[in-house]
This record gives sequence, C-alpha cells and structure tokens, in this order.
Amino acid sequence: MSSPLATTASGRVEMSGSVTPKLSTDDKIMRWFIILIGAWMIFAVLLPLYFMMSKSIQDHDGNFIGLGNYAEYFSTPALFYSIENSFFIAAVSTVITITLAFIFAYALTRSTIPGKGIFRAIALIPILAPSLLPAISFVYFFGKQGVARELLFGAEIYGPIGIIMGEVFYTFPHALMILITALATADGRLYEAAVSLRASRARIFFTVTLPGVKYGLISAIFVVFTLVITDFGIPKVIGGQFNVLATDIYKQVIGQQNFEMGAVVSVVLLIPAIAAFVVDRIVQRKQVSLLTARAVPYEAKPARTFDTLMFLYCAFIGFLILAILGMAAYASMIKFWPYDMTFSLKNYDFDVMDGGGWESFYNSLRMAAYTAFFGTIIIFTGAYMVEKTKGFTAVRGAIQFLCILPMAVPGMVLGLAYIFFFNHPDNPFNFLYGTMAILVICTVTHFYTVSHLTSLTALKQMDPEFEAVSASLKVPFFKTFIRVSVPVCLPAIFDISIYLFVNAMTTVSGVIFLYSSDTQLASVAALNMDDAGDIAPAAAMCMMIVLASATVRILHAILTRGVLRRTQSWRTR
Amino acid sequence: MSDTSTGKANGEHAYLRIRNLTKKFGDFTALRDVSLDINEGEFICFLGPSGCGKTTLLRAIAGLDIQTRGTVEQGGKDISALPPSERDFGIVFQSYALFPNLNVKRNVAYGLENRKTPKAETASRVDELLGLVGLGDQGDKYPSQLSGGQQQRVALARALATSPGLLLLDEPLSALDAKVRVHLRHEVKRLQHQLDVTTVMVTHDQEEALTMADRIVVMNQGVIEQVGTPMEIYRHPASPFVADFVGAMNFLPATVTGPGTLRVGTFDLSITGDLNGVADGTPVTVCIRPEDVTTRTIDASSANMINVNVDDLEFMGSFYRATLTTTDDAKIEFMADFSINLVRDINVSIGSTIAVSFPEGRLRVFPGETIMDTAI
Repeated sequence: MSSPLATTASGRVEMSGSVTPKLSTDDKIMRWFIILIGAWMIFAVLLPLYFMMSKSIQDHDGNFIGLGNYAEYFSTPALFYSIENSFFIAAVSTVITITLAFIFAYALTRSTIPGKGIFRAIALIPILAPSLLPAISFVYFFGKQGVARELLFGAEIYGPIGIIMGEVFYTFPHALMILITALATADGRLYEAAVSLRASRARIFFTVTLPGVKYGLISAIFVVFTLVITDFGIPKVIGGQFNVLATDIYKQVIGQQNFEMGAVVSVVLLIPAIAAFVVDRIVQRKQVSLLTARAVPYEAKPARTFDTLMFLYCAFIGFLILAILGMAAYASMIKFWPYDMTFSLKNYDFDVMDGGGWESFYNSLRMAAYTAFFGTIIIFTGAYMVEKTKGFTAVRGAIQFLCILPMAVPGMVLGLAYIFFFNHPDNPFNFLYGTMAILVICTVTHFYTVSHLTSLTALKQMDPEFEAVSASLKVPFFKTFIRVSVPVCLPAIFDISIYLFVNAMTTVSGVIFLYSSDTQLASVAALNMDDAGDIAPAAAMCMMIVLASATVRILHAILTRGVLRRTQSWRTR
Repeated sequence: MSDTSTGKANGEHAYLRIRNLTKKFGDFTALRDVSLDINEGEFICFLGPSGCGKTTLLRAIAGLDIQTRGTVEQGGKDISALPPSERDFGIVFQSYALFPNLNVKRNVAYGLENRKTPKAETASRVDELLGLVGLGDQGDKYPSQLSGGQQQRVALARALATSPGLLLLDEPLSALDAKVRVHLRHEVKRLQHQLDVTTVMVTHDQEEALTMADRIVVMNQGVIEQVGTPMEIYRHPASPFVADFVGAMNFLPATVTGPGTLRVGTFDLSITGDLNGVADGTPVTVCIRPEDVTTRTIDASSANMINVNVDDLEFMGSFYRATLTTTDDAKIEFMADFSINLVRDINVSIGSTIAVSFPEGRLRVFPGETIMDTAI
C-alpha cells in the first residue's frame, strides 16, 4: 500500500501563496489508525459480503451462471414461501412487542407506580439469555407434554405461534429501552399548556405524547422487525415445519451442503435488513432534539385508577418474563420430564452429551471476554480517531459509513460470508478459519455499530477543544486520549464492554457456521443438544449462559460503581 | 485593503506578520486577503459581528484551521504550514476546555509535565501561576467545583504555564455574567501587562475591545475594516461599518455644497478637512454620535446649528436618549444623548422645539448614501 500521507507529509507554501499544511506526528498516527479501521471493515464486512454475493451467482464448481440460482430459488415453493413466512412472523411479532413495550415504557415513565426499578430490571432479563431460551421454555409450557398446553386450545406450539411468542420475549427489552428513552425526554411545559387549554387525557396523548415519541417509536419498530426477521435460534427450536429465511440458510448450508443456495437465501434476507436499516438511518437523521435547554422535565402526577392499572400491567408482564425464565430453570433441573419429576443436576453434566460439553461453556466465556476486551479497545479508539482527526474528510466519511454498516448485516449472513471469504484457499487470512480469533472477529464486527454509536455519543459530549489545547501545550494526542478522553468516557466504555460480553455469550446466528471442534460455544451447544432431542440439557446450557451473563453484569455494576466512585469524583459538584 | 495594516506596527520588526491570508471553507470565503502586523507585547482585539472571520483568523494563527493561501510569520519564523503542536502559543477558549477529570493543579501542570521538568519545579511554577490568577488556595478542586470566572482563570493559568510567546483568547469572557466579565477584563489586562505577553483576543463585544486592547482590528465579511487604537476607532471610524458597529452613530443624508461644507435638509454644516475633489452636489453621508450632539451654550451665531423637534425622550438611567427630527420639510430623524441635568436645566420635553449643534471636529463624512437600519 502506498502511503496515503506522502503528498501532505511536509507542509509548504507554494509560489502562488496556497498553503499545504504540514501534518504533525499526531495527525499521521491518527490517519494511519483510521486507515486500519477502514481495512478492518473492508476485510471483516465488505470483502466477505462480496464473496458471498458472487457465490450466489456461481454453480457448485465456481462457474459463473448469472441469476440461475435465483431462478431456481423462486421456482421452488418450499424455499420462496419462507419469504412470506419471515415477513408474516416479523410483522406480527413487531406489532405485539411494540404494543406491549410501549405500555410498559409508558408506565415506567408516565405513572407514579412503586417498584419501577425492579420492573425495569426484570424486563431487561431477556437480553441476558440466548434467543433459544424462550423457545425451549415454551416447549415445556405448551409442547406435547407441556404443563399448560390446554391454554392453546389444541393449537400447535411448533410453528408460527411458538415463534411469535418467543420473538416477543426476545425483542421486548430492545424495544423497551428505546421507548423508555423516547418517553423519558418530554417537555413538561407542553403538558401544562395542554391541560390549561382543557384538552382531555386522550387528546393530550395523541397531540403531545405520540408526536413527541414518533422517532423513538419508528426506531423501535425497525429494530424489532430486523431482530425478528434475522433471528435464527427461536424458529430453529420451535418452528417445526414452518420455515423462515434464517433457518433456510442453515438448512441449505449445514443440511444439504448447498452453499450457493445458502448464499442466495442470504442475499434475499439481506434485502429487508438493509431496507430497514436505511429507513431507520433516514428517520434518525430527521430527528432533532425536541428538548431545548429550557425544557422543564415532565413529572408524572399520581392518578389512582391509572396508576393501579399500570401497576397491574407491569406486574403481569414481569410475572410472564419470570415465568418463562423460571420454566427453563425448572425444566433444566428435572430428572426426566414428565416421567420422573424429581430434582437433579444430571442435565448439567454436559460432558456426557453431544454438543461440546463444559468446554463449550468455557469457550464461550473466553470468546466473550476477548470480544469485550479487544472489541472495546478497537471500537472506542476507532470512534475517537474518526471523530477527532482533523482534515482527511473524504476518508473519514467513508469509514464512518463502514462503521455503521455492520448493523444492516444479519448474523447468519455475516457468518456464511466468512466461510466463503476466510475458507477460500487463496485467502492469506485462511489460517484464521476454525480458530477462536475468527469467532471474536465475527462477533466484534457483528456488534460493532451500536458500540461505535455509543462511543461517538460519549465523545461528542466532550469539549471539542481538548485536542487543540493539548496541541498548544505540545502534549501528544495519545497522552490526552489516555489521561482525559478515556477517563471522561469511562461510563460509556464500561457500557460497551458489557454489551459486547453479553452479546458474545448469547449470540448463535453469527457463529453457527464458524466454530470448530476446538471452539464449540455454549449457545451453539444448546442448539445442537436441542436438535438431538436433549431439550433439558439445552435448557440447562441456556441457564448457564444466563447465569454467566447475569454474574458478569452484576460484577460489572459493582466494579463500575467502585471505579466510578474513585475516578469520577469530579462529576459531583 | 493594503492601507489597513498600518497603525503603529512597523512591518519590519513586527512579532506576528500576517500576509495576504485567505481561508475558504468550500465555496465560502471566510477570510479575504488579510494582512496584519502585531508588535511584541501588544494586546490586540479582533472585533466584529459573528461570521466576520475573526475566529477564523485566530484559528489560522494557531494552526488549528490552516489558511488556504497566505503566510504567517511569528518572531521572524515562517509558521504558515506548521501544525499547532509546532507553533508557540497558549490558547483559552470560550468553553475553557478544562480537563474535567483533572484537578486545578494538574490542569495547569498539564503542559509542564510533558516537558520532563523536575517535579518540584513544576509544582512551584503551578503555585506561582495560581497565585498570579488569584486561585492559590483552589488547586485541589476539580473544574466543576469552580465558578465560571474561576474556571476562566484556570484556563488562563494553563495557557500561560509554558511561557508561550503568544497568547490567544477566543471570546474568553462571553460565557460569564456581566459583573464577573467586567472584573475579569481588568484581571486579564493586568496579567497581560505584567507578563508582557503578545496577546490576541477575539470578541464581538465592543466595550471589551475598547477597554482592553492596545489596538483593535475591526473585521467584517472576511476583511479588515480598520486597525487602530480604541480612541482612533471610536473617534475616526474608517468606514460606515466601523462607525455603526462601534458605539452608537447617526447617519444623516447630506449633499456637498462646497469645499468643507455640506447641507443636511435645509441646514448648512461645515466640517474640518476639505472634501478633496468631491464635486458639488455629490450625495454623502454625515455621521455624528448621539453624545456629540450639543444643545447648551447655543445661540443664533453658533456654527452647524440645526432646529429640531423633540419626538421622544427615552430614559436610560444616567442620561436621556432623545429622538429628534429636523424642523424643515425633510424631517430628518436622529438621536442625541442629553444628560439628566441638561434636560432639567433647559427643560427639554417631548413636543418642544430646540436648537442643537454638530461640533465640527466630531463629524465624519462617508461617500454615497449610506443607509443604516438603525443608529444603534
């Protein structure tokens, strides 16, 4: 690679008087770092996707056949029916999740009910679990030997009903977090004005509340829709004969070794994901802060009937979430459902079962730790460079786009694309294939965008002149980065690391194609045990993931509080 | 604009020499061929409305946003293309940009610690600087525990810690309360005088510029309108813009009637300095500040006398601002400031007709029919 900095390395003033600024050492280091981040994105996202797309227009022997695979896909009803199925599941799940989460968020932000903290904590539990957990739980509730199968009035849990119920559980906290943020930032004066104009409660809701949360609501809808349409764990476990796009990719690749058709389905799945992503970005751009500096925060006033209803609602939802989690926990400790209902830990004896044993759990811990550690460093530093580098506008803009891009790529698609790219015999990175490193690279990339945006938000809140002051004091930027930027952004950095850790523990879709016999992972093990009919051990493995995530989360909270108390004492006045 | 870089500075020995500076942001030209000399130890203010290019010029001097064309020399060295880290300056921003997680002492020591100065020496230098800005006992506090004015002083101490040859202040006082601002003006000026450091301050506040600067550089739309001492700028504005921007000014339409004489409406005025080469009948604009309009000791023989109706008297606290219109058919409107005593003594009241005079030496004449929206 020729030096992109060569032309501007030493500044000068031309005869015409035009000035070519001389780059400082800082500038050069920062630019190289940005190029490295760009290279990461090219090798970890763009090239794999390119290989996957070209695979979709090749035959088994790698000859170009144009759109032949697509023609085959659309003439095979068993395959293209999945498109309709996927959209149906995603649409219904989105409507249900958004409705439930909106009321829950409304209760937490606009009522005076007690126990908001506990309700919020319970509602966020699903984030700690792999998506297969609710599916397994529903099998125990409503399956052939389920304890509550009568509640379905003869309907079959294996199929759309089960998938939708599982997806609602899995996506609920994601929608809730966005909606709480949207509802929490309201200008109290608007409500006072509306009340003083004698508007009814309903009218206030439709004329003040809803317009105020419009963008948050749209964002939540697209996030949930994308999560559902790209999810693989739930339809795999409880989908029965009901095929969706994500399971089709798996079946084509793992079941039939038809990589070309897997690529075709991936491209088909990529389209709605990218469409949702594009719409969401446009909406985000339109969003301007409704809260001016003068806004008075909205404060809920007690209202007896409303508060009682809201409390009952939250209690009911909280109960359902705990019940679903509890069922998985309970079932994992039952000796032989439903014949021997005594307690036993034999389901946790993973070493005697297929799926990788306890080693897979330790692998997951290791993978999550590496992902959190390296991912946080790479992503935060990358965001800093992209945000703080001077000049270099075109490259920075391109890299900024590349950093947002991973959000649009479903995990299954990314994983499959990695097979095509990294397993290619001519790829110099071929040695990564089947290692822990590729799992970490894939996971960091898969969850890059949210972490990147969190970093940017934190960095933008810092005074933009810190770097200018440092330069005037002749302090190199990396010293200011270590001494000021990192400590000031520590809360955000901790948030990123826990986000990466928990997602690395629970993800299935991104890594399902990439593990090897040495790098079995807990979430994949749970899936494989379920596949083999070992549902109770699968539940047990899911519980181990929940326990690990929760433990790390709690440790993280304690540690964060301790570290923040020591290092952030400047925050208190 | 070659005549704008005159003033006191001597181009040969200037500490900071700015030549033909142009800065473009895309299609927008923020600075247009600006040249300026600044002497060693001088306190210079860049004054102008927002968007006039004053901050752009400061950032070009600092190397933070390097100019598109033109050169900057500091202390005889061409620094035109150098990055900020290779220039010699200290800077204070409007936001102060204090490191929130470091206490006052460590903020001030930030630039010293990097120079491998012995610890004891750094500590004593920090104490000295904090004493200098009057914060000797606040060293262990964090920025968020200080008032705005105190934070400002810390930023100043930090910028001065490494003894830079040039101190750059970017609207350093505008985030402060009015009273603190007035107090800090004196502090900054005293400090600058004591340390004798060449200082450039950007401000949009004319009062700040008039009270603090040795010389003021008035800027507008990317060019320098005038360079001069506060008195020169106020008394002899070089352009209608400067006249309007600094202080209050009346702009009256007039016509040249002969060498050194003009007519406003039906009233004849004589001015000092003849209107060289301006043909009779040429429309011009004559300017006078409201406080220069006199009405005491006027009789029929007084020069430049104009009869006016008092349309309005606005009480401003320490004086009245009167809105006057000439009694002739032109009904030309202008403002005059009358002291409380005067209004009482000669019984000026709304609706009354009085005679006022425009002292010869206080009139400024600009070519053309300059129409200003307001005189304020």
